[in-house]
Amino acid sequence: MTGVLAALNVQTVVDAVGLGAIYALMAVGIGLVFGVLRLVNFAYGQLVMAGAFALALSSDWDWPAGAGIALCLVVVVVLSMAMNVLVFRPLRSQSPAVMLVATFAVAFFLQSVALIWFGPLGKPASSLASLNRPVTIGDVDIRKITIVAVIVAAICLVALVLLLERTTIGLHMRAAAMDFGTARLLGVRAERVIGTAVLISGILAAAVAVLLTVQSPLVTPGFGLNQTIVVLAGVVVGGMNRLLSATLGGFSIGFVSGLLGGALPTAQSQYLPSVVFGLVILVLLIRPGGLFARAAVAERV
Amino acid sequence: MSARARLGQIVAPVALVVVTGLVGALFARQTEIYFISALISVVIVVALHVFVGNSGVLSFGHASFVAVGAWAAGVLSVPVDEKAAIFPALFPVLGEHTVGNVASLCVAAAVGGAYALVIGMPLMRLSGLAAGIATFAVLEITHNVLRYWDRIGPGTNSFSSVPETTGIVQAAAGAAIAIVVAFGYQTSRYGRQLRATREDAAAARAVGIPIVRQRLWAFALSGALAGLGGGLLVHFLPISTEDAYLNLTFITLAMLVIGGVGSLWGAVVGALAVSALDSFLAEAESGLELGGRTLDVPSGSRLILVGLLMALTLVLRPSGLTGGREFSAPRLTRPPEPPTAERGAAA
Repeated sequence: MTGVLAALNVQTVVDAVGLGAIYALMAVGIGLVFGVLRLVNFAYGQLVMAGAFALALSSDWDWPAGAGIALCLVVVVVLSMAMNVLVFRPLRSQSPAVMLVATFAVAFFLQSVALIWFGPLGKPASSLASLNRPVTIGDVDIRKITIVAVIVAAICLVALVLLLERTTIGLHMRAAAMDFGTARLLGVRAERVIGTAVLISGILAAAVAVLLTVQSPLVTPGFGLNQTIVVLAGVVVGGMNRLLSATLGGFSIGFVSGLLGGALPTAQSQYLPSVVFGLVILVLLIRPGGLFARAAVAERV
Repeated sequence: MSARARLGQIVAPVALVVVTGLVGALFARQTEIYFISALISVVIVVALHVFVGNSGVLSFGHASFVAVGAWAAGVLSVPVDEKAAIFPALFPVLGEHTVGNVASLCVAAAVGGAYALVIGMPLMRLSGLAAGIATFAVLEITHNVLRYWDRIGPGTNSFSSVPETTGIVQAAAGAAIAIVVAFGYQTSRYGRQLRATREDAAAARAVGIPIVRQRLWAFALSGALAGLGGGLLVHFLPISTEDAYLNLTFITLAMLVIGGVGSLWGAVVGALAVSALDSFLAEAESGLELGGRTLDVPSGSRLILVGLLMALTLVLRPSGLTGGREFSAPRLTRPPEPPTAERGAAA
């Protein structure tokens, strides 16, 4: 009995790590753009949704998985860049509220387009379904996708850290995230920095789209929306001002949701969002600046 | 500010609402519902303005006050003998009583206000993004609980058998009441103190304004008005939890921002303008089907246009249609007051 329970717990932990890895990727995508633009991109989930539909279409057309992933990448990156040029750029000097509502409008727009194009029932994306099969290690069944998710997240994060720490554009991005005005005075090109951030954030959204469609192959117009809300909460809980704390926040909220999802009795599992968001409120009240933020910065008065 | 200018600031939005009601009453029921729904939006957006406009802090939680108001009014106004069939698991206390239309609306406002007060007590210490996400979390929790706890309402089902008392008169009256309350608040001592904290929190604190407490009063008042909006809504349509969730949050915030954050006039204009646009597109959609060819326009295509036009409005006119200013009659002799004039008057 205890053996079964322990195995179940390991199982839960493994699944929770997988979920945390995906959420961490989304958190980086949202955090990067926030860093340079101070813009909370609510439409990030719709980028993921668009990528997922690209995968669904490509599996409809019987494309090989690689071509499907390429299509997904192209669609998401193009959409992400278009969003930057058409919406973010004209609104850059506006208050965060206006920018946030503008990304609401973009999200609403993209979701409506998907609703009309694909209908409310959505489309299945099945070309990568084989990754859902489990590998049994000891007593624990690990779905291949969990391993893939963790590896992809690790690769993306390491690549990103290298980019930020070892390249000129990375240095510029870090400078811009710290103080955009001063960075520009010192010769950092605003458009290039923002464009790069948006590009990387798009690539990450495409990766998330691939991982999420494997986990839940039915792509609907609301695909990615709930995840975005949870990740946004996680990013703010972690601390938005540093990419690392934002990423940790995203990972934590995914990990905790995964653990709670496994731990809650079945009858109560429908209240999982309440528990998770209750924790979010609690953490925000205790550490409004972020759980993983450096020593709390006193409010400027 | 002259007394006459101030009078204009309250008369103009009320008059706009009354005219909307009168015009709506001219039409048959199928068109009238657009006007009713627009007026209910005015109530909810004005409620949102009371907090967001005056405090400058974003709230994504107001749809949850609409929801609890709707739940309170809806559950209480279903006739007693039908309750067992509609809400099988309801708490006995709720199942044994039924109240009238006006009483149910008062209860809706009271419940919305009390809920906001309780939530606001811890949450009002937050500001900026933390406040935004915390209120979002409130919305998620409220939606989740109302959806699955069938002892306090219809759960995953829609409301049914709620008397449909929200006609054009009740909707217009509700909107007018909301506007008068909001105006009374924002010109009161408390309202001005809160607006001072919006402009400069440090200066406001330095002259002794208790920021958290002023925000809390505004939050509770705005929760009460949102609850009233929910009560009006449940007496108008058989709503479910999904009707007071993300879409409502999005559309009401968009109405506020498109109208212009910071002024009551902006809230009213934004609510009516976006509603008008939405209704017009809905009509145009069915009009296309009438025009000879059987154009199969999917039911969501107007949503695309609404989303697009909202994004466009924000890009072209980020401070909103009214620029966040109160109504002022066009002047022939002097140029219009600069936007800072009101700030000076409030301080």
